[in-house]
Amino acid sequence: MLRMLAARLGQMVFVLFGISVLVFGVFFATPGADPTARIAGRGASPEVMARVRSAYGFDRPLPVQYARMMEKLFVSRDLTSFVDHGAPVVPEVMAAAPVTLSLVLWASLFWVVFSLAIGIVSAVLRDSWVDRFFMGIGLLGLSMPVFWLGEVVNLVTQSRFHDTWLFSWVPPLGYVPFSESPLGWARALLLPALTLSVAFIGLYARVLRAELLAAMGEDAIRTARAKGAGPARVWLWHGLRLSWLSYVSLFGMDFAQLVGGGALLTEVVFALPGVGRLTYQGLNTLDLPLIMATVMYAAVFVVLANAVIDGVYALLDPRIAEGRHGR
Amino acid sequence: MDAETLLSIEDLRLALPDGRVLLDGVSLSLARGEALGVVGESGSGKSLTAMTVMGLLPDVRSSGAVRFRARDLLMQDARAWRRLRGKEIAMIFQDPMTAFLPVRRVGAQIDEQIRLHEKLSRREARARTVRLLGEMGVPDPAAAAERFPHQLSGGLRQRAMIAMALSCAPALLIADEPTTALDVTVQAQILVLLTRLRETGAGLMLITHDMGVVAQACTHVAVLYAGVVVERGPVRAVLDAPLHPYTRALLAAMPPLDGPRPAHLPAIAGQPPAPDARPPGCVFAPRCPQVRPDCAIRPPVVRMGEQEVVCVLYAS
Ligand SMILES: Nc1ncnc2c1ncn2[C@@H]1O[C@H](COP(=O)(O)OP(=O)(O)OP(=O)(O)O)[C@@H](O)[C@H]1O
Ligand SMILES: [Mg+2]
Repeated sequence: MLRMLAARLGQMVFVLFGISVLVFGVFFATPGADPTARIAGRGASPEVMARVRSAYGFDRPLPVQYARMMEKLFVSRDLTSFVDHGAPVVPEVMAAAPVTLSLVLWASLFWVVFSLAIGIVSAVLRDSWVDRFFMGIGLLGLSMPVFWLGEVVNLVTQSRFHDTWLFSWVPPLGYVPFSESPLGWARALLLPALTLSVAFIGLYARVLRAELLAAMGEDAIRTARAKGAGPARVWLWHGLRLSWLSYVSLFGMDFAQLVGGGALLTEVVFALPGVGRLTYQGLNTLDLPLIMATVMYAAVFVVLANAVIDGVYALLDPRIAEGRHGR
Repeated sequence: MDAETLLSIEDLRLALPDGRVLLDGVSLSLARGEALGVVGESGSGKSLTAMTVMGLLPDVRSSGAVRFRARDLLMQDARAWRRLRGKEIAMIFQDPMTAFLPVRRVGAQIDEQIRLHEKLSRREARARTVRLLGEMGVPDPAAAAERFPHQLSGGLRQRAMIAMALSCAPALLIADEPTTALDVTVQAQILVLLTRLRETGAGLMLITHDMGVVAQACTHVAVLYAGVVVERGPVRAVLDAPLHPYTRALLAAMPPLDGPRPAHLPAIAGQPPAPDARPPGCVFAPRCPQVRPDCAIRPPVVRMGEQEVVCVLYAS
């Protein structure tokens, strides 16, 4: 158990190291990325440029710069932005994290509930018009770009029909912290979360339907029928148990990458000050410390999610737990 | 049909929606305390026959009659089927590797069947599960019930499968090639278990492609070829005096039960016809060494003593 934990930790450090080197390298390999000019301001004299360069350490060798940045990010946690007059980035990310987490929690609630319902109904009624209708809708949801959908939602609920009874409850764009007003928090997140979940509902319903239908062809399901189990028990108790492995792992990965900032477009469209929007901002201003901080934050979540998924996997399928000991 | 008859299938025919005929005249009967061996080559329709009796066939058109204790099974609704399956008719499947749900403990799966049909507490169901596993010769049955299927050997898993099938004391047990996936010694042990079960008064339908298994464990036999029962009767009579040329060929292809194996067993030349290429007359005619012109018309069922045979050689 301890050894497994240590191995996980080692793996995580390795992944973080790799990603940070990559981000760092790509940044300095990008033409015109030299931050000196932007920090010094337009039309700065060569002397000012030189002062900035040495103050920020841009004249040192890259490995030294890298080490200093990592030290500031992880140890002293006072890494400052290249823009915004040197605002510290770590508190910025920490302030953005609850927004993203709230959004993704709501979205995942919607997408799990709806995709389970649609996936199971479509599988049970396969090839009926209900199934075809749901799968058509799902494909539509899957292929709608989330920023476009978000803009349409905004157009409808914020301006066009905002004064009708249907949408008058919709608050203005932005975020309301839970501690301030739980109801306001829920209202502010409802539409963004639904928008974000649409594509996932489409994808997950399809995956679940396919997996469920494949599982229903297995011998074990025939055994369940031969035991005298009714259709509800056969589908939900036996069928789901055989088929939700890939659903669960898909969910873990998507959840983690969204919490890590993958909901960028949704956050931008709905003006939610989350991690995704922070990443977007960092990319826009080519602000390496901010990019580095958000990317590291995302990577931690993805690696953690991987570990959790492996654990859940072993719980769901004992054969996998044993396979690990064998290796 | 006498009072003791458990199952009787009369002229069962199954066809796919596209018209391909899968079963084309299957007649069987089975009484309490009997073991009926259903033999035939791969693809002859043995499993289909079993699935029909269990009501587990997806969309096929069926005609004929399947009667279980004077009830017509083909006419009953889904609820009646559910009450029947597992309780009055139980089935053991060919491959014990895949027949259990891999993600649940074996004991829990047996408990489930018991509790589906009887109002028992979890603890009572488990007690019965452990007792059954013990009776099936599973060592340390309480611990075995806590295992996952993949943690048991093939033989133990098949014993657990049999324990599950017997958990509600069914009147009829269908075993679809229960020993094919097992090695010879385990096979013999499983056959002994099944024979003991039959002696307690249940009916056993044992599906196999092995005449040796039939000779060892059955009282009656039905020979299936390309969806048609070509011959049936008591095992002794059929083994001593096989009537249908196909039965004779099958027996000739069987190694002797005792004594040395011959170096070369005669094989039946040719392949059984596919479901969409069955001859209109006798289905065995294309491979039959004694084929005659009148084989082009489907021969009637002829009674010869205790046996029934479908062949022109015996039509008067
Ligand atoms: N659902 C189905 N759709 C189409 N054809 C089927 C279906 N089920 C079975 N068949 C066909 O029916 C024939 C009989 O199948 P069945 O499984 O009963 O054979 P079997 O005698 O049990 O053979 P084996 O010894 O290989 O188990 C085969 O040719 C098979 O391809
Ligand atoms: Mg079969």
